[in-house]
Amino acid sequence: MKNRSLVSIDDFSTKEIIQTLDLAEEFEKNPVQKLLDGKVIATLFFEPSTRTRLSFESAINRLGGKIVGFADSGTSSVSKGETLHDTIKMVSSYSDLIVMRHPVEGSARYASEIASVPVINAGDGANQHPTQTMLDLFSIRKTQGTLDNLNIFMVGDLKYGRTVHSLMMAMSRWNTTFNFIAPEELKMPDEFKLYLENLGLKYYEHTDFTDIISKADIIYMTRVQKERFSDPIEYEKVKNVYVLRNSMLKNTKPSMRILHPLPRVNEINPDVDSNPKAYYFEQALNGVFTRQAILCKLMGIK
Amino acid sequence: MEEPKQLSVSAIENGTVIDHIPAKNLFKVIQILGLDRFDNQITFGTNLESKKLGKKAIIKIAGKFFEDADINRIALVAPDAKLNIIRDYEVVEKKVVEVPDFITGIAKCMNPKCITNYEQVKTRFRVVSKKNVALKCHYCEKITTQENLQII
Repeated sequence: MKNRSLVSIDDFSTKEIIQTLDLAEEFEKNPVQKLLDGKVIATLFFEPSTRTRLSFESAINRLGGKIVGFADSGTSSVSKGETLHDTIKMVSSYSDLIVMRHPVEGSARYASEIASVPVINAGDGANQHPTQTMLDLFSIRKTQGTLDNLNIFMVGDLKYGRTVHSLMMAMSRWNTTFNFIAPEELKMPDEFKLYLENLGLKYYEHTDFTDIISKADIIYMTRVQKERFSDPIEYEKVKNVYVLRNSMLKNTKPSMRILHPLPRVNEINPDVDSNPKAYYFEQALNGVFTRQAILCKLMGIK
Repeated sequence: MEEPKQLSVSAIENGTVIDHIPAKNLFKVIQILGLDRFDNQITFGTNLESKKLGKKAIIKIAGKFFEDADINRIALVAPDAKLNIIRDYEVVEKKVVEVPDFITGIAKCMNPKCITNYEQVKTRFRVVSKKNVALKCHYCEKITTQENLQII
């Protein structure tokens, strides 16, 4: 994987994903290893993202690397009208690897073609966010002991949520059964369902939470955002339908875990937090280990 | 009895005749093949009658023989185009165009949030469906379908 970029999770083969997860496990046991000593990593956040940026910067710091970059394009030369092309050309001569978040879709792929150093996509608009997918995979494998033959429930905004799309595509490599719970307006788009059908994988669609979740190995919650609805009345109708409460978890499997890419608003009631099945905060911590692993893999260090 | 064939545009000695171009896309074909920058003798006719297309266009390019990869670039706008390769006033070969697997720099990505619509990036697509043309953008990964297809 040395000198390759990670723009979409599909850029990694199944074997490479597993190797990266294995390495992330090593970092979980021993997070402070000065493997990036003397290396400079650029973190270019053309739009703000606190969680992703801090998690990357924490990963780089624990590996002993140095960081250059910006946390918002207002403080960079982009505000003077510089093109992405020129920014990337310049930054790739100042750094050994570029971590980039940009609101324009496809910007990361484009940057990876211009840069002379590897590029990690930390989110390009509504398109891809592969390091989130990698940490989701890590969390699923860690809590279930395997990635094979699981039953995954995805809940909330399945239409616009890029994290669920990427996770669905990635998990389709391991014979996953999918259950989609979403309001009519935010259903999983046809192109993704067609993708599963072509692979011969099973999926089921529901419009509300029922006892069906007793079959779940993983419940992946997402935020239903008000701005996604053209009709505000429709939002008011559904906003409380997709809320997970502790009382609903009674009949779920003991091994079941609840994931959420965060930030959460009201879709997981705080009474779930103390339930051992709640895993979303550990999931966020796993982001540091998986990003350490991805950095080392692309730099050819491990 | 077959009617004697009449040529609407004069014959060429050597070169390529591209027939069955939808009349409305003639200038797109000219643009895609870059014929406006050729020094060869080129004649074309448009709004000719065609049973199949209603109105068709035809282009005759003297002294030019295209590579398949080049000519397939017009498949997006002239999927039924037929090529006659002419040598010494005779048709020595007939070819049809095929939609290629990859398309570079011809079509516009329909996603307004795609990087190719922000900066000077040459568009690149993988053809995911050839019958009803559907193009997957190499950059933003969104699909552009036939109905939304715009030639740059």
